[in-house]
Amino acid sequence: MLDKDIKKNESADNFVLRLFVAGASANSARAISNIRSICELYLKNRYELEIVDVYQQPLLAQQEQLIALPLLIKKNPLPERRMFGDMSDLKKVLKGLGINEVI
Amino acid sequence: MDYSAKNKSKLNVLPKTPTGISGLDDITRGGLPQGRPTLICGGAGSGKTLMSLEFIINGATKYNEPGVFMAFEEKTEELILNVASLGFDLASLIKSKKVSLDYVYVDRNDMEETGQFDLDGVFIRLGYAIDQIGAKRVVLDTIENLFSDLTNESIVRAELRRLFQWLKDKGVTAIITGEKGDKLLTRRGLEEYVSDCVIFLDHRIVNQISTRLLRVVKYRGSTHGTNEYPFLIDSDGISVLPVTSLHMDDVATSERISTGITSLDSMLGGKGFFRGSSILISGTAGTGKTNIAATFASSICDRGEKCIYFSFEESANQIVRNMRSIGLDLQKHIDAGLLEICATRPTMFGLEMHLVDMHKKVTEIKPDAVIIDPITNLVTVGSVNDVKSMLIRLIDFLQRGQITVLFTALTINKSVAEQTYEAISSLVDAWLLLRDIEFNGERNRGVYLMKSRGMKHSNQIREFIITDNGLDLVDVYLGPDGVLTGSAREAQILKEHTGDVLKGYQKTRKDREILRKKKILEATILTLKAEFESVEEELNRTYTEELLTRNILEKNRKEITNIRGTSSENNTEENGPHIET
Repeated sequence: MLDKDIKKNESADNFVLRLFVAGASANSARAISNIRSICELYLKNRYELEIVDVYQQPLLAQQEQLIALPLLIKKNPLPERRMFGDMSDLKKVLKGLGINEVI
Repeated sequence: MDYSAKNKSKLNVLPKTPTGISGLDDITRGGLPQGRPTLICGGAGSGKTLMSLEFIINGATKYNEPGVFMAFEEKTEELILNVASLGFDLASLIKSKKVSLDYVYVDRNDMEETGQFDLDGVFIRLGYAIDQIGAKRVVLDTIENLFSDLTNESIVRAELRRLFQWLKDKGVTAIITGEKGDKLLTRRGLEEYVSDCVIFLDHRIVNQISTRLLRVVKYRGSTHGTNEYPFLIDSDGISVLPVTSLHMDDVATSERISTGITSLDSMLGGKGFFRGSSILISGTAGTGKTNIAATFASSICDRGEKCIYFSFEESANQIVRNMRSIGLDLQKHIDAGLLEICATRPTMFGLEMHLVDMHKKVTEIKPDAVIIDPITNLVTVGSVNDVKSMLIRLIDFLQRGQITVLFTALTINKSVAEQTYEAISSLVDAWLLLRDIEFNGERNRGVYLMKSRGMKHSNQIREFIITDNGLDLVDVYLGPDGVLTGSAREAQILKEHTGDVLKGYQKTRKDREILRKKKILEATILTLKAEFESVEEELNRTYTEELLTRNILEKNRKEITNIRGTSSENNTEENGPHIET
């Protein structure tokens, strides 16, 4: 299901992001709101954000080698990048997403 | 004593989870603290991973306690392959849901830290794995890696603390491994989280020989052995040896076993050594220590008992061949499974490891006697004191099993070697000393008993002879010139024999002389007798003649008277008497 979505949006400038969070922890909540605002600000209308609660799908934790949460995986555009933390460090998030914009 | 013991059993003592690793459960008096984390720390290659993995595997196979192994260093496939060489079938355990293996991998390259985070990923994975198989045991190997993977150390610390608390709440018995640090036991001071039980593994190299050592640094709520215990990693995994015995309550039987040499038995009150005693045979090179040891071994096997011969000098084949020269067939005992010759180089591993090795063999084979030939070679891998303490523990262990042990010790001169056996002389029950007796341009072997506890024994030096048909002792010759052995003894015996012959000869000569004298005397007596007889005869003759003459004269006178008185017709008769004499 997820993979199909990604394939559909494989164009270079379409961002496919997946955020893994652990339930409703403080870090999770902060990360969700942070990444949402960043996307709205920098990637408006050209991103797809999927939020996965690892508690609901614990098998994913092993498959995706999840350790530190929250974890954001940028599936597209390539290369794949991983960012963990509550996304409060905007500079690092943008660097990870490959967005070269002056803040 | 009884009272406190009763009280203790009523109290709720700390429940423990057995590791199933031989020896470790003895040291920890039952295993690791149940439901609590234990830290195993040590340097690279000290056996941390193996020990924790064995804990998981033993739990699954021996105690029906499934376990989760979370690896931060090695991949799942690698781990399975690594332990396969120790005979553990990890793959099938995973299949049957007894063990869960999870490889946690962090790639620093494509990671960006973007603020506050937590380690919920680990929690979720671990929680899921535990719930899936109903795990009672958990291993985190080596969770410290997270510190290098994640830069925010304070968060990792806080998260680890939370993780250990969470493991406690889960009620699983956990092992956390950690690399040895410079000042602390671990690099990141993990021991502060895991404060209930800390086991330290060391890999020490002394005199180019490495020894693995284990020490229980702390164990809250339980007594434990505090010493360093050597452990062995071999084809069966880890075995730890609690090497110091605190007890001296060995059973002592008065059963005696023969030495295999009848004349030596007679020196020992006629019956030989006590069963379960320790015997030391010391002597210089080539005095026949190995011969005595092998004869002893053979006599044990002859009785259908088992014997292990630990050789540090010769290979098994060499011993068998050499003993054939004194008419001892060891091969048949080996074939019958009664004799086991374990030949190792002393330098193969450290002293303690030798002890562990012997311990293992003895437990496995359960012999009636053990021979160590020679203990002095062990000095090459340890100091005299080390050897002594090792032997104390070995003797302790063997005596508990009523196993007779015979050591040989080589004495070279008054140096280290001599100290060795002096140091252990107080440990042994019987001490047989073999000596070279150099005399008259040849070397002979003398044997005497320095001591033999609890039995009447000979104080005599005997000469020890190695023949084609085995060993024998003969009384040394005590001549006017002192103790004589070998050909000097033979010569002395011959000399005495010659003397006897000479004396005998002299005696017969004297006898003959007397006889001769007697004969001469007798001859003289005979001559004298003959002389006497001739004189007597002469005398007799004169007498008879006189008598005859008188008779004839008488007759003649009567005749004459008759003639005168009657006629002359009797003249013819008168002719005879007329003959004058």
